[in-house]
Amino acid sequence: MTVEKISLDTVWEVLNKIPDPEIPVISIVELGVVRDVSLENDQVLITITPTYTGCPATNIFEADILTSMKELGIENAQIKYQYQPAWTTDWLSEESREKLRVYGIAPPDGKTSDKRYLLGETPTVKCVQCNSENTRMISPFGSTACKSLYQCNECLETFDYFKCI
Amino acid sequence: MTDKEMLFQYCLRMGDTHNVLAHRMGEWCTNGHILEEDIAMTNIALDHIGAARAWLTYAGEVEGKGRTEDDLAYFRDERAYFNMLIAELPNGNFADTIARNFMFDVFSVLYYSELQNSSDETIAGIAAKVLKEVKYHYKHSADWVLRLGDGTEESHQKMQDAIDEVWRFTGNMFEMDVVDQTLADAGVGVDASELQATWLNLVQKTIEEATLKLPENNYMISGSKEGMHTEALGHMLAEMQSLARAYPDAKW
Repeated sequence: MTVEKISLDTVWEVLNKIPDPEIPVISIVELGVVRDVSLENDQVLITITPTYTGCPATNIFEADILTSMKELGIENAQIKYQYQPAWTTDWLSEESREKLRVYGIAPPDGKTSDKRYLLGETPTVKCVQCNSENTRMISPFGSTACKSLYQCNECLETFDYFKCI
Repeated sequence: MTDKEMLFQYCLRMGDTHNVLAHRMGEWCTNGHILEEDIAMTNIALDHIGAARAWLTYAGEVEGKGRTEDDLAYFRDERAYFNMLIAELPNGNFADTIARNFMFDVFSVLYYSELQNSSDETIAGIAAKVLKEVKYHYKHSADWVLRLGDGTEESHQKMQDAIDEVWRFTGNMFEMDVVDQTLADAGVGVDASELQATWLNLVQKTIEEATLKLPENNYMISGSKEGMHTEALGHMLAEMQSLARAYPDAKW
């Protein structure tokens, strides 16, 4: 199948079905990793922005994108990295945040324009199990670079918090 | 040097610094004193690898000879590495690692805060991205300086010794040569020397809060911009590059 027969909308639709390998409840489009899809010299060009520069999932994003494009019949899709503007958790919609919470990851608290972090204040992170605000950070670096590890002082469960960056 | 060669050199220095520090932090893997710290240090290593990849990939593009990030990371010798000296210092004990990282992290937050306004779009993008991550590194190392400095008698002494030891490598971060100056004047790079006073204030604040003292000896070691290094780098590169050199083009 040639590229002309496939609309860019179809490409977006397919990309929106690719889950984040570590957080399968949200797609790489919802995560904001896919910035643009365009046609250049008859080639599909997909622009992506890494969440964290060293995120090991980035290579999986690439492989998954190329595989799904091949399934669409697009053999020569190109992936381009774009660092500007830098990826931010601000791009996560309310819906995506709720999906994270239901999945057991506390969503990023507020907006990054919020300067509390630099002033040394830590966010109030609600426990994903019992909703208590009485929680504490165990480690700023959790199971992946994008998460911190928290524990609830009420129900004693530990849980991940998606860092607000 | 042409403008392009200077830009290439600049990107190499940035990439090398992150790459070498990434390797040092990776050496903590399975050696952390608690599981959370083991994870923290390897996460920090990953961030630095990410930064190194972005810088070295761009360096390769600027150079225009088809060299990839891997070619630049694994097939250059010690004298062709231009990382800041502080990045290559051996991990030592945990306090040594924290002292080294703290000095560098404070520098990075200040440096990248400026560099995100670079007139070079790619550099501005990399800087804006890396800045978000080094802020977390800064929080991590500063927290530990406080805990160890204002901790037990032993942790206090180890933290003080570590700061005394790393001190003479801090001046190197603020050195400006013709490459740095040309790029700073062009709005591409940053004048690091202008950041030194702010850096010192921030470092001093945490050090004092941690009941520690900054050394009075201000002798500083130089040389990284000409490819001169401490003895530690050659050993580190030998280990880091051995696989890629033994099996060029190997794939996982």
